[in-house]
Amino acid sequence: MITFLIFLPFLLFFVVIAVYGERKISAFVQTRVGPIEVGPFGLFQTIADLLKMLQKEDIRPFAIDKFLFLIAPLIVFASVFTGYSVLPITQGIAGSEISTGVFFLLGVISLDVLGILMAGWGSNNKFSVLGAMRSVAQIVSYEIPLGLSILAVVMLAGTLNLQEISVLQGVQSESPAYFLGIHSLEVTDIGGILTWNIFQMPILFVAFVIFFISSLAEANRVPFDLPESESELIGGYHTEYSGFRWGLFMLAEYGMMLLVSFLAAILFFGSWQSPLPNVGSFTLGDWTNGVVWGIFWLFLKAMFFIVLQMMVRWTYPRLRVDQLMTLSWKYLIPISIFVLFIVGIWKLALV
Amino acid sequence: MKDYFRHIALAISTSLSGLRLTFKYLFEAREKRKPIGVADDNYFEQDKGIATLQYPFESLPVPDNGRYKLHNEIDDCIVCDKCAKVCPVDCIEIEPVRATEAIGNTSDGTPKRIYAAKFDIDMAKCCFCGLCTTVCPTECLTMTKAYDFSTFDVKDHNYSFAEMSLVEIAQKRNEFAEFQANKTKAKAIGVNDASGVAAKPKVVISKPVTGVKPVVGKPKPVFRPKPMIRKKPSDDGDN
Repeated sequence: MITFLIFLPFLLFFVVIAVYGERKISAFVQTRVGPIEVGPFGLFQTIADLLKMLQKEDIRPFAIDKFLFLIAPLIVFASVFTGYSVLPITQGIAGSEISTGVFFLLGVISLDVLGILMAGWGSNNKFSVLGAMRSVAQIVSYEIPLGLSILAVVMLAGTLNLQEISVLQGVQSESPAYFLGIHSLEVTDIGGILTWNIFQMPILFVAFVIFFISSLAEANRVPFDLPESESELIGGYHTEYSGFRWGLFMLAEYGMMLLVSFLAAILFFGSWQSPLPNVGSFTLGDWTNGVVWGIFWLFLKAMFFIVLQMMVRWTYPRLRVDQLMTLSWKYLIPISIFVLFIVGIWKLALV
Repeated sequence: MKDYFRHIALAISTSLSGLRLTFKYLFEAREKRKPIGVADDNYFEQDKGIATLQYPFESLPVPDNGRYKLHNEIDDCIVCDKCAKVCPVDCIEIEPVRATEAIGNTSDGTPKRIYAAKFDIDMAKCCFCGLCTTVCPTECLTMTKAYDFSTFDVKDHNYSFAEMSLVEIAQKRNEFAEFQANKTKAKAIGVNDASGVAAKPKVVISKPVTGVKPVVGKPKPVFRPKPMIRKKPSDDGDN
């Protein structure tokens, strides 16, 4: 319930801000100015676009499979949004604290691909079907490196519960935390940035890079936006959608972006823990940790990854289908298995 | 196997340099390029920052010798018709009305002898070659720096420079016709007196009294045209 009350309004707010931010970032990268006309600095541009979109006619082409076509956007959005239910929000407050947290999350966001396939197939349009096919191939391939990189974190933490993983990365942790996994460098009481997973086990940085790349593919973001690729497939699986149904796809895409950004922050970068350590009597870590601080840190970290995703979008060109598959199967999967192996050895040998 | 690791290293280094480049642009977007022209000394120094020129609010300076909208200073125009003759796309339409005597001087001292009943320049047809401004003997026809004169109706691109009212035009026309008629009469009388031959009809000598007559043939650089007006065959429509 808390997830519903916090994340749903935040997601809607985030989409408005993120679309604006995306436009501004793309403009600045390309030495343009972006939206400036509607409201101060063009801040209301997205709201104006949203109002326009909601007024649009809900076009249903004649030859569609009506049931699949109409239900697909709901499935896509619902599956992405269900992923939020297991996220911790701050110290002591989490959505559903099920013990299979990450596993549930990965499982439920995979249903996203089902909705995309339904949308593509139901549209009865060759571009939509091509987009949907690409999407399935892509998401199925990239689930594996994504899962393996998360598994490395889970091996270190010893739990699937995201709230427990968060607690383990700070001063509240009951089990000892070691900087770089070295026994003589116990940092349980110091906390801060030193107890983040990525510093407890530096090899996890490689896992994070793999996680980040695969999460871009999961969220259908550039450079992995083959299912949409507006230049070749005219929008791919959502070619035939209009109005609010198209808006749901949009919402799901941005929701997925936000979800994987939260996940990256939780799994690798200390979740809602403050980056400031306790230094002697200056207990900066304790001062900057708490319920409100937790929300601040978690959302700040997530926003950082959102900006990174946007910068990646405006930097790299789209991959070819064969390059996409090569990257996943020949590079990411072997490397993530290797990282998993190293994490296991490291934990066994040093801790 | 060696290639495999080489590919990984290459992918990482190129991806990072790509990101570095875009972040550099993002960082430089704090500043904005100023709208300075190519003539400015700092023109090539400005290679950073937002390049967008928000046109109606700001614009690049136009060079002084730019060839944009035509302007005719009608007070200085002697209605010599050279511009209309030289125009490759025939965008200038002139309708002269001859005066009975010099009607004043232009600002450079050239006497004016013809009224401009109509001096229309259709900028929609203009090809901006600037030939008309070079042939203009009194330099009254110039190209200005105004370039933003788009309109909703293409007819609004026809700029009229003549200042005479219809009444004035009719009046001047009548004056000239009268003058011409008197002259012809006087000449006919003179001819009759001199030769005593009365059989010749007047009509042959008198020009058609339309009053519309193009006048050309002034030497180019001299701004004091000779009083002689070369007779030309009657105006054959617009040339």
